[in-house]
Amino acid sequence: MKQSDFLKAVLPFKDKVFRLAKRLLVSTEEAEDATQELYFKLWKNKQKLSEYKNVEAFAMTMTKNYCFDRLKSKQASNLTLIHSNYKEKDTGLDKQVEHNDSVEKVHKLIEDLPEQQKIIIQLRDIEQYSFDEIAKMVDMKPTAIRVALSRARKTIREALIKQHNYGVS
Amino acid sequence: MELANIEKLVEKYLNAETTLQEEKTLSAYFASENVASHLQEYSYMFGYFKKSKDETFNKTIQLEPRKTKRKNWKWLQVAASVVLLISMYAGYGEYEHRQQEKQLAQVTEALKLLSTNLNKGNQAVASLYTYEDTVNKIFKTK
Repeated sequence: MKQSDFLKAVLPFKDKVFRLAKRLLVSTEEAEDATQELYFKLWKNKQKLSEYKNVEAFAMTMTKNYCFDRLKSKQASNLTLIHSNYKEKDTGLDKQVEHNDSVEKVHKLIEDLPEQQKIIIQLRDIEQYSFDEIAKMVDMKPTAIRVALSRARKTIREALIKQHNYGVS
Repeated sequence: MELANIEKLVEKYLNAETTLQEEKTLSAYFASENVASHLQEYSYMFGYFKKSKDETFNKTIQLEPRKTKRKNWKWLQVAASVVLLISMYAGYGEYEHRQQEKQLAQVTEALKLLSTNLNKGNQAVASLYTYEDTVNKIFKTK
């Protein structure tokens, strides 16, 4: 596989890899490192790459596993702690919309979800993968994914309603 | 899209039963201006999902790993230990060598002392010979 072919095959989903890594690792720098690391690995295994039917799903699985490894290692857990302190500044979403605060809250709510629900919300609601694709990526049955997704969506919604009501009264 | 329809979809959405197409419909509805007030929270959710998708990875991807600092440190460690070993070996050799020289000097000095004393003894013996010779001259034995 030549470099140009390789890049053509793997570059289209670099943003998705980055966003999934950021969802799990919180800090932008960590996520950038993770993305870079993933592409090293893909390039190293470029011979095997053509054997996989769905390179993108494979890459997402690798990203997920890599991020879990990072989170397990102590070094990373220290880093995420530091970064979550000033995270609010660098989320970088535009501030023009008036209900921006509530939108920002969704970010925090997702952050509080269990890891698995976080991944599934990311893959489904943000990246809009089909359940079959997600099943391949996280190695779960589609029904289990639906259950987790439903739970995550309900948790977020209920928390939003709660915050909203507190805000009014 | 009618509100009743949206409500149905929202219900399905919460149970994770919507298709991607239906979720797109919901997303479009909640991005619009006239969202029903009792469904307001969904507009935050879909608003966030939409914005999150805009985030991109802007750094250039390198396929060949740069030589990391960690690697350099490893090499430095190896090099340092090798240098230490060599210098220990050389230093020990030098030490041995000096020790031997010192011992040699001591031995030579001791031997010299011995030889001078031996020579003294020899002279004494030589003077004994002269005594004997004179005695023999005088008495002329046979």
